[in-house]
Parts: sequence; C-alpha cells; structure tokens
Amino acid sequence: MTDPAASAPLVEIDRISKDFVQRLDVAGRLARGLGLDVRELRVRALDDVCFTIGAGEVVGLVGESGCGKSTLGRIVAGLMRPTAGDIRIDGTSRAALSGRDALTVQMIFQDPFSALNPRMRVRDIVAEGPRINKTVPGRALPALVDDTLRRVGLDPADKGRFPHQFSGGQRQRIGIARALAVRPRFLVCDEATSALDVSVQAQVINLFLELRTDFALTYLFISHDLGVVEHIADRVVILYLGRVIEEAPTEALFAAPNHPYTQALLSERPRLEAKGRAFKPVAGEIPSPLAPPPGCHFHPRCPHALPRCRQEVPVLRTIAPGRRAACHLNDGP
Amino acid sequence: MTGRAETPATADTGWRRLAGDFAESPPAVVCLGLVLLILGLAAAAPWITPQNPYDLAQLDILDGRLPPGSESFAGVPYWLGTDAQGRDMLSAILYGIRTSLLVALSAGALAFATGLGLGLIAAYARGTVDALIMRVVDLMLGFPAILTTMILIVVLGRGTDKVILALAVVQWAYFARTARSAALVEVEKDYVAAARGLGASHGRILLRHLLPNCLPPMIVVGTVQVANAISLEATLSFLGIGLPVTEPSLGLLIANGFKYLLSGLYWISVFPGIALLVMVMSINIVGDQLREVLNPHSSR
Amino acid sequence: MAVFIIRRLLQSLLVVFAMSVIVFVGVFAIGNPVDIFISPTADSIEYDRVVRQLGLDLPLHEQYLRFLGNALQGDLGNSFITGEPALGMILQRMPATLELAVFAMLIAVGIGIPLGLWAGLHPGTLGGQTIAAGSIVGFSLPNFWQGLMLILIFAVTLGWLPSGGRGDTTDVFGIRTSLGSLDGLSHMLLPAINLAIFKTALLIRLVRAGTREIIRQDYIKFARAKGLSERRVIGVHLLKNIMIPVVTVLGMELGSVIAFAVVTETVFAWPGMGKLIVDSIYVLDRPVIVAYLLIIVVLFIIINMVVDILYSALDPRVRLGSLR
Repeated sequence: MTDPAASAPLVEIDRISKDFVQRLDVAGRLARGLGLDVRELRVRALDDVCFTIGAGEVVGLVGESGCGKSTLGRIVAGLMRPTAGDIRIDGTSRAALSGRDALTVQMIFQDPFSALNPRMRVRDIVAEGPRINKTVPGRALPALVDDTLRRVGLDPADKGRFPHQFSGGQRQRIGIARALAVRPRFLVCDEATSALDVSVQAQVINLFLELRTDFALTYLFISHDLGVVEHIADRVVILYLGRVIEEAPTEALFAAPNHPYTQALLSERPRLEAKGRAFKPVAGEIPSPLAPPPGCHFHPRCPHALPRCRQEVPVLRTIAPGRRAACHLNDGP
Repeated sequence: MTGRAETPATADTGWRRLAGDFAESPPAVVCLGLVLLILGLAAAAPWITPQNPYDLAQLDILDGRLPPGSESFAGVPYWLGTDAQGRDMLSAILYGIRTSLLVALSAGALAFATGLGLGLIAAYARGTVDALIMRVVDLMLGFPAILTTMILIVVLGRGTDKVILALAVVQWAYFARTARSAALVEVEKDYVAAARGLGASHGRILLRHLLPNCLPPMIVVGTVQVANAISLEATLSFLGIGLPVTEPSLGLLIANGFKYLLSGLYWISVFPGIALLVMVMSINIVGDQLREVLNPHSSR
Repeated sequence: MAVFIIRRLLQSLLVVFAMSVIVFVGVFAIGNPVDIFISPTADSIEYDRVVRQLGLDLPLHEQYLRFLGNALQGDLGNSFITGEPALGMILQRMPATLELAVFAMLIAVGIGIPLGLWAGLHPGTLGGQTIAAGSIVGFSLPNFWQGLMLILIFAVTLGWLPSGGRGDTTDVFGIRTSLGSLDGLSHMLLPAINLAIFKTALLIRLVRAGTREIIRQDYIKFARAKGLSERRVIGVHLLKNIMIPVVTVLGMELGSVIAFAVVTETVFAWPGMGKLIVDSIYVLDRPVIVAYLLIIVVLFIIINMVVDILYSALDPRVRLGSLR
C-alpha cells in the first residue's frame, strides 16, 4: 500500500469540468426570436473534479454509467479537452506535452473489438507508436514488437495475423502491447476488463499487476465493477453525476464507507465474488444529467437526506488522513 | 462453408469467407463471370474482332444493311449483320463496349476518389466543413443525374474527357455520402482514439485507419455507379450530346440504328442494346450480392 | 415542428438562390449565342446592335441582377430563337409532360405495389423470384433503349400503337389533354409505359423489401394469431406500414420522372418540356434553358419539402431527431 501523501503525485487532476453543449443553428435561433421555447442543450459531465495519483499508484475510479468517469479518462489521456481546469503530469500541463513526451499517458479501452484496427496486422498495430514517434531505430522495431508481445503473454509468431483471428482476451493483450510499445509511465484503463469473460478477466487483471512492477507503471483504473477495483486499486475515487463524492484508500473504503452513496454501492455488492460482480443500481432512478437535482446530486436517492442537502452542494472535505468525502452528514447534526 | 470451420491460419480467411458467401447465389456468380468476360472482350477487342469497324478502308458499302448471319462479299460471315456503312455489328459492339467501359470506369474512379476524400474529411473534421460538403452533396443528389450531366456537357463542351468529367461530377456525391456515413461510425471507434493517443497525424488517421475500414460499402456503391455511368453515358450519346462520333459507344450505335428501326432493320439497334443490357444488369446483380455479403445486418 | 419547417424553408430558399447562380453562370459560359442569330456576312454594327439588344455587353453580375429582378416579376427572358417569353413556352409545354408523368406514376403504382407485395409474401417461390429478377432487369434497362424496344414491338412489328407524337387532344377547362380521346390515349400509352418501367422496378424492390421486413415483426404474427383474416392482415396492418417509405419515394420520384421525361419525349417525339429543353440545348437557346432549369429546381424543392414535412408528420421520430 502506497501512501499517496508520501510520494510526489505523478498526475494532478486540477478542478476539471466538462460541459457538452448542443448549440442552436440558424433556424433554432430564429424560432427562439419568434418567441418559441427552444433552448440550447447543456450537460455538465464533470464538475470541478480534483484528485491526484502518485507515481506507481493504482487509483480506481468508480461510478454508475453516465457519471462521467469515461469522460474523465479521456481528458486525462489527452483525447478530449476539458471545459475548465488542467491535467498536470509530473508538474507539466497535459496540453503542453507534445511529441514523445505526450506518449507518457496511454489508454486501454473497454471493447477489444473496436479498439483494434481490423485492417492492420498485429505487428503494425504494436509498431505504430514507435514508428510514428521514431522512439527506436527502424531496424530495432521487429525486436521491440516481439519483446512487447512476449511481455503481454502473446506468441510473437502470431504477429502477422489480423485482430479478428484472436479471442477477446488476446485482443485486449494486443491493445496493452500497443500502449506499452511507447514505454508510457501512466495507463488509463477504461473498463479494460468488463467486456471479457470472468476467467479471462482475472488473467488480464493479473497481467496489469505484473506489468505494474515490470514497467514501473501508474494506473487510473476506471470501472463500475467494485470487485475488480478492490483487487487492483490502492486507492478509490467515487464519482456521482460528474462530482467526486468520496476518495479513500481501498481497504479503508471497503471497511467503512463514508458517503451514503458508497454505502449503498457496497451493500448492493453480491457476496459471492466469482459471479455477477457488476453491482445492481442503487435504489431509485439515476437523475437525468440534463436536469440534475439541486444541492447534493444524491439527495433524491439518499436515505439520510436533510433539508440542507436539497439546497447546498456539499464540499469535498478531508475526514481522516488520506480520506475525503462530500456529505453534509459529516458536519454533525 | 469450410472456410469458417478451419482454424484461422492465414490472413486471407476473411476474403475466403466473403467468396464463400458470395457463391451462395449462383446467378451472382454467373453474372460475375459475365462481367469478367465482358471486361476481357473489351480489353482484347482490337485483336479479336473480325474487322476494325472504324477503319474506312476495311468497310465495303456493298455489305451495308445485311441481316445477321449473312456473308460478306468476300465470304466472311457477319454474325450480327451490318449497319448502313457495311460495318460488322459484332466488331462495332465489341469496340463500343470497350469505349463505354473505359468512360464509365474512368468516371467511376474519379468520382470514387473525390467522394471518398471529401466524405472522409467531412466525417473527420465535422462542424462547418462537414456542413458545407454535405449541403453540396444534398444539392447534387436532389437533382436528377440526367439533367445535371446534360447541362454540364452543354457548359463544358463535347469530348470524351468532358463526358467523363460530367459523369464524375454527378456521381461523386453518392460516394461522398457513403464514405461519410461509414467514416462517422469508424471515427467513434477506439482504435482511432488509440492512434491519436500514439501521436498519429490527421493524415495518417485518415489514410491508414479510416480509409481502409470505409472501403467495403464504397465498393458496393462503386459497382452500382459504374453500371449507372454506363447507362447515363449511353443515354447522353443517344441524345447526341455524349461521346464524339469518332469514338462510338453503345449508346451511339443504338442511336444510329434508331433511324432504321422503323424500316425493320432491327439488328442495328437491338444487338448493341442487348449488349448494354447484359453489361449493366450483370454489374447490378454482382453489386446486389456484394451488398448482401458485406452487410452484416442482411438476413439471408 | 415549427423549427423544422423554418429550417426547411430557409434551406429551400438558399438552394433556389444557389441554383439560380449556378445555372446562370453555367449557362452563361455556353458558346456565343449571337453567332446563331446573325448571318456571317453581317457587319460589326449589326453585331453590336444584337449584343446590346440581348444585354450581352453588360458585366456578368449585372446580367445576373437584371435576370434576377426580372425573374422575380415572372419574366425569365425571351427565347433567342422564337422571341417568345421563355416562361410561357415552357408553361405551354408543361401540361403534356405532367400528364405523361402522372400517367406513368399511376402505371408504376398500379403494377409495382401488388407485384412487390406478392413477391415479398412468397419470397421462395418461382413467381416471387421471377418478379425480383424482373425488377433487376427493369432497373438495368436504359430508358431510351426500352423506348426503342417498345416501338419495335408494339409499333413496328405488331402495329398496335403509334410510334410517336401526341395524337388528338381535347380541351378540358382550357388545358389540352390526351386523355379525352382514344387516339390521344393510344399515343400516350407507349411513352407512359416507357417512363413507368424504371419506377415500377423501384417500387417492386421497395415494397418487396418492406414486406419481408415487416412480415417478421411481432405485431403481424400477433394479428395472425388473433385469427384475423389474411386479407385483413395484409390489407390493413402490412400495407399501412409499408406506405410510409413508399409515399416518400413516390414524392421524390415524381420529380425524377419529370426529369427523365427528357429521354422519353425525345424517343417518342412527345411535345413536352423535355423535348423543348433538348431542342434548346442543340441551338443554345439560353433563356429557355435557364427558365427550364429554374422551373425544375423550384418544382423539385416544393416536392421535396412537402414530402419532408408530410414524412415528419407521419413519423414522429424524424421530428424529434431534427430538434434534439
């Protein structure tokens, strides 16, 4: 267990917000001018998200679908721009990284079918990053490809094949090899195991843990699967409708969840770890992100909701060393 | 379908499976054979035809208007008869197929390249570029091809190159629309995001990642559009605003025969027409089956 | 819905404007019409007089503005050849073309929908496959060659029907029509069939595909399970659901039938506006070409817009999709 406070943070996620706006076209504006009720559609996917990841740490990012966790992953990986806020890697803004430096962060995707170009051979998929960025001399490429494939548990003899000739787990390994080939320091894994069969899931998770020591990797592990997160993460961040509502070391969180939402998530968790580890939704409907409830977003589903929860947004505050939560209940009655 | 049962060992299994699926329709296989045969005949026309129908020295006006099966003055049979100038219709048709195909394929290739390029750019760039390109596409598609080509030829002038250009102008929009809708699906896939994460340039993403994955539907549109181009070119030539008389396509042969049709000299018009029909129909049937094979949602 | 209609109207206006510019500039580029008018022996004074008279000495944009101003007042210029107003010439020919187009559409609907339905309900049978194959033939037959074959078979060989021209016409409310006499009808039959074959093939394919799709849906199975007669299942449940795409395509195709009449009218010497445009192209009669194209554009846009709005009224998903 790494103490996040002790090691200098590798990744700083600093007050990230992301809005998705559907702007009105000419006709829409004209209609509004004529007095019709036509409005821009605006969704706040992430709201002032703040946390850090220490070097060598594995942070699990958990939440129901639509809570913004994938959006955050893509912003951290540099595939999407935030509306506000900054991502810093080793103190440098993500947006300022260019060329080889930008390769520091790589992403592993959920769907191993769409994550690989079906018209490229495995050897070209894995070699693409080094080839574009010339991180190794051309003649060293074949050796690099073979080595990387071996490190993720694939036979280099198969490198002439196309993705459709591999199983789901093998494809996920190809995707991991593609990322590792540019020697990143930080991997964003977006539901990287949830599309796989349970037995294959365990193998891939173990691969991630091996690679963590082999390559001195840091992970942001995005998942809706608490079982997986408990197994792999040092620390867990819980996201609800675009806001961080709790952050804690894994053991502490699973032992004593603080936020009512986290408590609900954990209580819904099936006891048998082997099957159906995805949690059932917490009682009540997830509110529409188009019109989120005022105050604490969770109050309509919260069994302990106070009048204050309907008006005032709770602040994410330190409640114990290394633990933060955003709940008015922590302020005392 | 044995291709699927084998362990996938070679890279071309995908193609082999496609070939197997394609062969499920015997008419389509026959038509594919016909298309290949026609292509071969067209390519070899100068070497296999009994005469060069446009070398006036080889024509004998005394052989004019002979019905099919007659023999020439010199004893050579005219299987499909002769026209008013004593031209062997079989030779004229084979040369006509050659011209028609050359024009249609050139126009198709031009339209394919333009449409693919603009469609991919529209899907990848989105926003204003996309809106601009697609407005033009809508405009082109909303207007009947026959009218647009007529006007273009009037504006551009006559000539084989002008006809090719006019056909390409009316056809690129079909390719652009197809390429764009295919690319819109592909661009959302994670392999494109992964390539961006690896620092791939826009050009590389377009050419290396999007383009190869947008080709299957483009091939279907391509076959149908080549058939359309053949038809359209024939129509223009028939109306007298297509290819010049020095390069008679099937349409011009049919138009030449039109005058004689009413006096019963049917073969001058009918045989080139049958050649045209067989060519267009086989390409359409091949295209139909390709669509079935390449479309994962089709229920067969 | 209001936003949708406003958007369509704006788009349509923009298209009309864009097309008027394209057509004008394009047609402007066609040869020099003055050469056609005056004898080669005419002197330069005579030449300049003709140029001024036609307004060809002005810069392009002024010619366009003048043209636009006149067009808004319903004046699309006079034919270079006959001197008559171009718009009048076209409107005079329009009834013949519209009559032919509508008659052709009726034939296409009357044959295409029943055949497509039958082929869709009996996909495995010989009849069903023959209809499907026939539709591909109809699709592939170049329009003008079909016309020639119709003439060869019915006019030359069998001698049943005339090979061209419009025949006797009667006046109904001041509009000349061929529908009033047997002679007129017999002249119209071949060109109308010629124009209808392609659309029939299209309808067969559309209805057949739609039928095969819908027949698998649960509500059809449900209707059958409820014990409704086959006649009612097909007549009410099936047809109702096929009609949405069919109506849309029919609307769009009406425009294309009018355009394709160019070919049919040439083959059958039918005195409609398609024949007029082909003749005008041969002699580079600019005002008539421009007027014809603009009328076609406006016709197309009106048809498309009506179809779009009807379609969105029929299918709420379209409406929502455009608003969201």
